[in-house]
Amino acid sequence: MRSSPTAPPRSFVWTRRIVLTLLTAFAVTPVYVMLSSSLKPLEDVTGAFQWIPSGLTVRPYLDIWDTVPLARYFLNSLIVAGAATGCSVVVAVFAAYAVSRYRFRGRRIFTVTVLSTQMFPGILFLLPLFLIFVNIGNTTGIALYGSRGGLILTYMTFTLPFSIWMLVGYLDSIPRDLDEAALVDGCGPLKALFRVVVPAAVPGIVAVAIYSFMTAWGEVLFASVMTNDVTRTLSVGLQGYATRTEVYWNQVMAASLVVSLPVVAGFLLLQRYLVAGLTAGAVK
Amino acid sequence: MTATTLDTPPAGPGGKPPAGRGAARGHRRRGRGRIRRGALPYLLLLPALLLELLIHLVPMAVGVVMSFKELTQHYIRDWGAAPWAGLDNFEVAVDFDAPVGEALLRSFLITCAFTVLAVGLSWLLGVTAAILMQDPFRGRGLLRALFLTPYALPVYTAVITWSFMLQRDNGLVNHVLHDQLGLTGQPTFWLIGDNAFVSLVVVSVWRTWPFAFLVITAALQNIPREVYEASAIDGAGIWQQIRRITLPSLRPVNQVLVLVLFLWTFNDFNVPYILFGKSAPESADIISLHIYQSSFVTWNFGAGSAMSVLLLLFLLVVTAGYLLLTSRGRKAASA
Repeated sequence: MRSSPTAPPRSFVWTRRIVLTLLTAFAVTPVYVMLSSSLKPLEDVTGAFQWIPSGLTVRPYLDIWDTVPLARYFLNSLIVAGAATGCSVVVAVFAAYAVSRYRFRGRRIFTVTVLSTQMFPGILFLLPLFLIFVNIGNTTGIALYGSRGGLILTYMTFTLPFSIWMLVGYLDSIPRDLDEAALVDGCGPLKALFRVVVPAAVPGIVAVAIYSFMTAWGEVLFASVMTNDVTRTLSVGLQGYATRTEVYWNQVMAASLVVSLPVVAGFLLLQRYLVAGLTAGAVK
Repeated sequence: MTATTLDTPPAGPGGKPPAGRGAARGHRRRGRGRIRRGALPYLLLLPALLLELLIHLVPMAVGVVMSFKELTQHYIRDWGAAPWAGLDNFEVAVDFDAPVGEALLRSFLITCAFTVLAVGLSWLLGVTAAILMQDPFRGRGLLRALFLTPYALPVYTAVITWSFMLQRDNGLVNHVLHDQLGLTGQPTFWLIGDNAFVSLVVVSVWRTWPFAFLVITAALQNIPREVYEASAIDGAGIWQQIRRITLPSLRPVNQVLVLVLFLWTFNDFNVPYILFGKSAPESADIISLHIYQSSFVTWNFGAGSAMSVLLLLFLLVVTAGYLLLTSRGRKAASA
């Protein structure tokens, strides 16, 4: 943090005011549109846009549940994103612990390979993965295609590379003496991990969990191919309001708001962990 | 990939050894560790490894194999039976005089232009906001939360809202530009025709710049306060401090950030897909959408796979070149 003995000059203060005001308008306008339109009756969103709604109604919030099976999509998204996040965090903590605390053959190859998967275009393995899931289903009877399980597996793997990378950085910043002391005291390596390292790494772990949940909650491409009517998640299901001949824009906005609220609230509550996790790990 | 670009903490016991440096030291440690710890690190890695194999590496290998096959809808039930096509799929994809190759080349160039614009603007906005908000002032916490909201919103709800705002007859953008400011003679079509490209860049920047802001904000916290204090005593003003201290110390972060933004933006599927639906207007025919269409709309998976492989090769070359350039630049700077 900068601390000048003198107050910043007027030129700086005015630049700051103007630039930040413009950026705020840019960032917030869609959120305002989402909120205000979700409270308008249908005839107000089909006509010219109004900054200030002429009439307010909560009808869209009641109608969204009937127009498409929103509750089911919601539940599916919750199951898929929650399970993917939980599993991904556990797997990432194990892997990051190994990479951070041990020197072993293949360590470098592992980190480079895992990280380089981040650059793969999703479109490259969408179809092969689809075929593999279908074939696994045909030969073993384990239904991955169309099931929530398949989507959970996919999402937890998507978030692994970045999660491992960030956690390795975070674990590296935790003094090694801490877990070595636990080892000397007779703890096994796993006990040292859970008793000493994990508690010290909570900000990093929370940051990784936020990232995983947001990724899984928002993914569109694989969700659109890998789910069926029963397992459809919000990212695909929300398009149901817009494919009709008439688009119920007020309902679309109401549903968008309802769907966004949990993630945005969680993200804003926990964002300081994300900054802390990035500060310790990723941006060093 | 990105690991090699990071500065590791000096002499940190778990620091990732940068490429080429301290290889001997790393080897000695590795040997000692193997004798002492045995199989444990491998067991810890096993779940991650299996997942990466199942979801990333094997499908990628299958994708490469598919690109050499004549995989049309006739063979989709039993794709092993599809005849080998040799390099046919690739030849079709890079034959820029024929319609398929011409469309692919155009889509590629559009994606390049889109990526340069979107990454450049996102980075600029992110850095500007982060630096202006480095010192505490009243309302900073609230502003930070507002700025991060576009990034926190699920991508489909955010982009659906933009598509509503960009509607010709009932959208906010035309209401402001046409009805209120009177800048346009006719209400503009934003989601079809050439304007679609502009819309895509704006929405993408809106979505991406908060991430740049977040990363730069985190990086600024690592600059020691004493550096600023010392320069203030030497009489440096705030603009000088930004130019001489803040911007140079962001260089390592910028190198990683720009690469990550580039890869995300270049591969982005979500924003154009939700904004335009399955068939994007020509001016915004981004490569991932183009490949998706080539595979799933025309059911020619062999050709689609060949295009994906070409895309991956391009990204590999760009990333490797970028890492080579930036690491050389850093060596020169530290020498």
